[in-house]
Amino acid sequence: MGKELQVAALKSGTAIDHIPSEHLFKVVSILRLQDLDNRITIGNNLDSQKMNTKGIIKISDKFFEEDEINRIALVAPKVILNIIKNYEVIEKKSVTLPDVIRGIVKCNNPKCITNNEPMKTRFDVVDKDHVTLQCHYCEIKINKEDIILNKGK
Amino acid sequence: MKPKSLVNINDYDKNDIMRIIETASKFKNNPNRSLLKGKVCGTLFFEPSTRTRLSFETAINRLEGRIVGFSDTATSSATKGESLKDTIMMVSNYTDIIIMRHHLEGSARYASEVSPVPIINAGDGSNQHPTQTMLDIFSIYETQKTLEGLTITIVGDLKYGRAVHSLIEGLAHFNPTFNFVAPEELKMPEKHKVYCDKKSIKYREFSTFSRESINEADILYMTRVQRERFTDLMEYEKVKNVYTLKNDMLKNSRDNLKVLHPLPRVKEIDQDVDENPKAYYFEQARNGIYTRQAVICDLLGIDVN
Repeated sequence: MGKELQVAALKSGTAIDHIPSEHLFKVVSILRLQDLDNRITIGNNLDSQKMNTKGIIKISDKFFEEDEINRIALVAPKVILNIIKNYEVIEKKSVTLPDVIRGIVKCNNPKCITNNEPMKTRFDVVDKDHVTLQCHYCEIKINKEDIILNKGK
Repeated sequence: MKPKSLVNINDYDKNDIMRIIETASKFKNNPNRSLLKGKVCGTLFFEPSTRTRLSFETAINRLEGRIVGFSDTATSSATKGESLKDTIMMVSNYTDIIIMRHHLEGSARYASEVSPVPIINAGDGSNQHPTQTMLDIFSIYETQKTLEGLTITIVGDLKYGRAVHSLIEGLAHFNPTFNFVAPEELKMPEKHKVYCDKKSIKYREFSTFSRESINEADILYMTRVQRERFTDLMEYEKVKNVYTLKNDMLKNSRDNLKVLHPLPRVKEIDQDVDENPKAYYFEQARNGIYTRQAVICDLLGIDVN
């Protein structure tokens, strides 16, 4: 039996594959896909041999800047990016956590200036393997399991 | 490159620290100069801190600078809901440098990013207070004639003590050895010990205030054990007098030993220690003026001869 496509084919754009199902909508939020006018197909809880279930996002005619797409490594470090042109995958890429993360993570310290002033947060990634962030302002460290994303940003 | 603002003691490298010490020594010889004549300094104390404010204001007054500012938020526009950024933008229009104390952590870093004039962090919540660290380091250098290879015994609240954590980082350039003396509830947090390990800084931990930890020290740095830090008040009652320095405990200490304390002191140093020539905490507080004069002039690019 031929492999059935679980999500419709893309003519041109980016397909983000192997997203952990539980983090799919966080990826949507980090990339601010809700603000795009492009045609977007989202599939979740799809069968995956490697991951049991996975999510896929296909975005027509959208090619992300590296800084922009790398931010999803926060929640989905093992995704595969398929860059598609004319129905052909012309490039497969993985994501790596950037050195600095601006705006998308909330500081867990209620006494941090970023939680009390209309400003963007900024975190330095101090340990890429374990995903440990340090607030550039109040200097507290946040481990992967404690990362909270900013709402609506 | 010299830092534009002083937010964290880590904004200073080893050369910066030595340069500030050298300049502070010049001010100690002669603190009354006209170096800030024509300059206006903003002192924004969003939370009250009389001791720190008086020290900064004395430093500026003795250099003939002028001061504008406020000493608690009741008289500032922050009570009207103005953002910190807007306050800083306004005050930077009026002043050549801003000295700021704020209850929110990271506020000074943010201010330094939005302000066109230098910012000196005079305490941002429980985060940083770098001029305290500089005056501690200056006092250590002054009394020991070096910063290299000293043994520093730190006693009291090592868990919440901001001054202690910054002191470790400030001295990290100079191959120190630390003795950490604290009750179980207030012992040095893991992250600072990891920092010491990474920087190959030698340290030992003591849960009793032993003579050994005093007798091998060049500097005895006392801090306050505060009642409100204890979850178990029984524990506080048990330890409150154990970490008190008494004069006879200094009997077999090194000749060069000096006792420091960031002040205010409550019960952790007996009054009878004050008469001992090894007591240096009041002189240390005085050094705050010269150190702050040095930091202000350094950030403003003023040559001190």
